[in-house]
Amino acid sequence: MIIRSLAGSRLGRLAIPLVAVLALALPWLVYPPIAMDIACWALLAVSVDLLLGYTGLLSFGHAAFWGGSAYVTGLVAINLQVPFPLAILAGTLAAAVLAVPIGYLSVRRTGIYFAMVTLAFAQMIYFVVNQWRSVTGGENGLQGVPRELMGVDLSDPFVFYYAGLPMVLLGFWLAWRIVRSPFGHVLVAIRDNPSRARALGYPVDRYKLLAFTLSAALAGLAGGLFVISHGFASLQEVYWTTSGKAVMIVVLGGIGTLWGSVVGAALVVQLEDYLATAGFQEIGIVTGTVFVLVVLVFRAGIWGTVANLLRAREARREGRAEAAGAPDRPEAPTPTSR
Amino acid sequence: MIEQVFNGLVSGAFFALLALGLAVIFGMLGVVNFAHGAFYMLGAFGAFIALDSFGLPFWAALVLVPPVLGLAGVALERTLIRRLASADPLYNFLLTFGLTLILQDAMKTRYGVQSQPYPLPIQGSVNLLLFEYPAYQVFVFGFSCLVCVFAWFLLARTRIGMIVRAATERPELTRAFGIDVGRWVAPVFGFGVALAALAGVLAAPMRAVNPLMGADLIITVFAVVVIGGLGSVLGSAAAGFLIGVVSALGNLYVPALSQTLVFILMAVVLLWRPAGLFGREETLA
Repeated sequence: MIIRSLAGSRLGRLAIPLVAVLALALPWLVYPPIAMDIACWALLAVSVDLLLGYTGLLSFGHAAFWGGSAYVTGLVAINLQVPFPLAILAGTLAAAVLAVPIGYLSVRRTGIYFAMVTLAFAQMIYFVVNQWRSVTGGENGLQGVPRELMGVDLSDPFVFYYAGLPMVLLGFWLAWRIVRSPFGHVLVAIRDNPSRARALGYPVDRYKLLAFTLSAALAGLAGGLFVISHGFASLQEVYWTTSGKAVMIVVLGGIGTLWGSVVGAALVVQLEDYLATAGFQEIGIVTGTVFVLVVLVFRAGIWGTVANLLRAREARREGRAEAAGAPDRPEAPTPTSR
Repeated sequence: MIEQVFNGLVSGAFFALLALGLAVIFGMLGVVNFAHGAFYMLGAFGAFIALDSFGLPFWAALVLVPPVLGLAGVALERTLIRRLASADPLYNFLLTFGLTLILQDAMKTRYGVQSQPYPLPIQGSVNLLLFEYPAYQVFVFGFSCLVCVFAWFLLARTRIGMIVRAATERPELTRAFGIDVGRWVAPVFGFGVALAALAGVLAAPMRAVNPLMGADLIITVFAVVVIGGLGSVLGSAAAGFLIGVVSALGNLYVPALSQTLVFILMAVVLLWRPAGLFGREETLA
């Protein structure tokens, strides 16, 4: 819907080993707890991009799933003392279950209404978490979430990064598989032309609901890991600014590029950390300005711009090859926006 | 209980003014203005600053602040919103989201998160036969109703309103009649912003004036416009009052649901009439 760009296959092939190496090296490059934050926010942004970039639905309510999972993960970890991956699994499932009714109602509207409806439902979850003090701790949040893994000492954030990384990579892999699958192609068809997809016999709303639920589960995975990493869950997790930050990361990285979300998360988390350590309180002035500028003049995002440049170069080279009498090759899709 | 209904009408007045502004802007530009809550907040701060720095009373602020912020809205449309007119309307939603962050935190740097005090301009209470009611609240309700009727009159009964309605429904055809549609976009945006600012000025004596006052309110107003449907200007205002009353009654009978009731209502409306109570079925995008 917004930007069509199946990130150039060449770039995509290059990206996998590159991202794997970067993911492994990250805690050497940045402060380890920040490395975990980047991984979690990247996964949340990927989950938002799955809907925005590949299904054409702007969810402004993913804080409900990230935060909902954060609280469930925290409660399970505190009360049952299970290994942390199990607690996160519980949170992920809770997010998926929560997404079914919210998604069922939200996909009845499209476009800007979908954004408003998801935002409103997420706000409802926020109020519920805020009022249900006996369980969620209200404004104090959930304190003392343990990091339990069969007696292994995970208190060092550097060690914990590598303990949590497989779950993040699993999330990325799932998102990548979904996008590449026949199911993902139907989603793109729905994004580009819902009427035609319906005419071809695809139950559009059911596809959207499934995409919404899968996306919420990924957001839940990210939120669960985030709360284990921080050791507490706060109301911030379910607040609308969290949804907004996720969307911001997607747009900065490039809508519909998946990998762009990873780049965007790294930049946004680093920027916020830098501002916070510099003692700058009103982070919104900076992030808001960056976001406004991106929306105004840089809508393809970072990854989208790089992919477009590579594609243009490839097209030029092909043009020359064709002139020399080489056989035709199918044309790469060009990004369009409307 | 009747008193509770009246409380609902007063809080509904704020929903109505904000929803009305959103609907007017959406009708003309196809844009949902996320910064609407921020302009409501700026309206309240406008009243506070007018009193605090210039000694201007509430009534002067009521007359001055909305036009000033309306002009700011016109400038915003001319400089930023217009640039995205040809792009997907979602981008303007995102743009105004970014603006909201900037405006909120800019006010936070200057005034912190504490609420600023603002005196009641009308003291005392009015006897409404069955019970006594604070006079200022009665004024807010009456004045908001007047503004809604005025907006309806402007849209339904004047030449300007006719042009705006025609431009909303069939922009190409309106242009073919030789009417310069583009000329009206910025004034309409400014008008919507002025309505939000007006709601903010009215809220200053009643509600806590702080940089975050608009943020939560605007999300509730989004639920209101989903319930009412943005297609109908008067419908969105009516939904505002209706939801004010229903929430107030809900607060009376089921206090635990006081904050969530409006969202539950939204869920019911989505199930039963997805286009909204007063909305038309949207064309498939």
